Amino acid sequence: MKELLIIAIGSALVNNVVLSQFLGLCPFLGVSKKMDTAAGMGGAVIFVLTLSSFCTSLIYKFILVKTGMEYLQTIVFILVIAALVQLVEMFLKKTIPALYKSLGVYLPLITTNCAVLGVALLNVQNDYNVLEGTINGFATAVGFTIAIVLMAGLRERIEYNDIPKPFRGMPIVLLTAGLMSIAFFGFSGLI
Amino acid sequence: MKANSPAERLYNGIIKENPTFVLMLGMCPTLATTTSAINGLGMGLTTMVILAMSNMMISLLRKVIPDGVRMPAYIVIVASFVTIVQFLLQGFIPTLYSALGIYIPLIVVNCIILGRAEAYASKNGVISSLFDGIGMGLGFTIGLTCIGIVRELLGSGKIFGFQLFDGGATIFILAPGAFFVLAMLVAIQNKVKAGKPEKASTGTGCGEAACAGCTNMMCGSRMVSGNEEGGKNA
Repeated sequence: MKELLIIAIGSALVNNVVLSQFLGLCPFLGVSKKMDTAAGMGGAVIFVLTLSSFCTSLIYKFILVKTGMEYLQTIVFILVIAALVQLVEMFLKKTIPALYKSLGVYLPLITTNCAVLGVALLNVQNDYNVLEGTINGFATAVGFTIAIVLMAGLRERIEYNDIPKPFRGMPIVLLTAGLMSIAFFGFSGLI
Repeated sequence: MKANSPAERLYNGIIKENPTFVLMLGMCPTLATTTSAINGLGMGLTTMVILAMSNMMISLLRKVIPDGVRMPAYIVIVASFVTIVQFLLQGFIPTLYSALGIYIPLIVVNCIILGRAEAYASKNGVISSLFDGIGMGLGFTIGLTCIGIVRELLGSGKIFGFQLFDGGATIFILAPGAFFVLAMLVAIQNKVKAGKPEKASTGTGCGEAACAGCTNMMCGSRMVSGNEEGGKNA
């Protein structure tokens, strides 16, 4: 139990997926203009990442290792993730239309989110079992959501500020991300 | 220069549509692997090799791959090359392999590679696709090496491992430094562009943030529409 908690805190706060590992940076910079879209993206990532890290751990442990084909992990993982996102989208559309309406737009974008593939690979690298891998996926996604929601809140305020011209747009967002990254260093004392 | 000639493709990739500074694609490796100039260079060259090979392969197969399943097919092609290159690096340049770590397999989801496959290689001949890949890859390599040089110099006073001065602010090698250095480089580029209005108009035409957002969104949604069609056809 204690190890699971350490994994969870470690990947949600200490090694924040966006701010210290630079995974999932594209949606972090691209979809963080408004609070509600950022929260939607975060929700979709939590959903998909938990499910995908569960599935990829299962497939790795019980198919790839058993057949001695670990070297195919990159190809297998990316195909599983792409198919899974597609399945989740179809499943939600049929069964829970309300949830689909709020998450649907963001689901397709997640296939290219490198955090999803990154977590699957990290689970293998760190030799996590299926439960640890799933917890790691969930916690990583929570970390992503924290970062993107904070960023969206900051960006909504930045809009109204008088920023020097060359820094408008991307540079000020990157500077903000850098400051947030420094702040997240403070969590490293937790473990 | 003639359109689609090798020289024009190289110029386009390195200067006109530089993936790092103009298109702002592939941000994850750009920030994560540039802790030193040599790592940036290594990551850039690795990406270049994969980009050139996958562009060539996709261009060769462009008439064979059905339109509906083209995205999954591209992903499989790119992932195969990534796996091959990963094992070559592990065998022959183990230091670079351990320095880049998880970011080598993550080249699969790099927007530049799928973007070029979709935008260029699927419509053009083998030779020009190959040079398009090399040009884009070189542009990416130059971008990463520049960021790597700045971070290494400010962070430890070295360039490519040669000590220039003592000390340096370690923060530039850590994660926040990556954000700061990229922010400064983009701001300088904005400043230079603002000085030359005619050049700015030929550039992106919208704010950098908007562009990064929309290209990424496009990259994602394009891929997905391919997947959806693929799913229906299958």
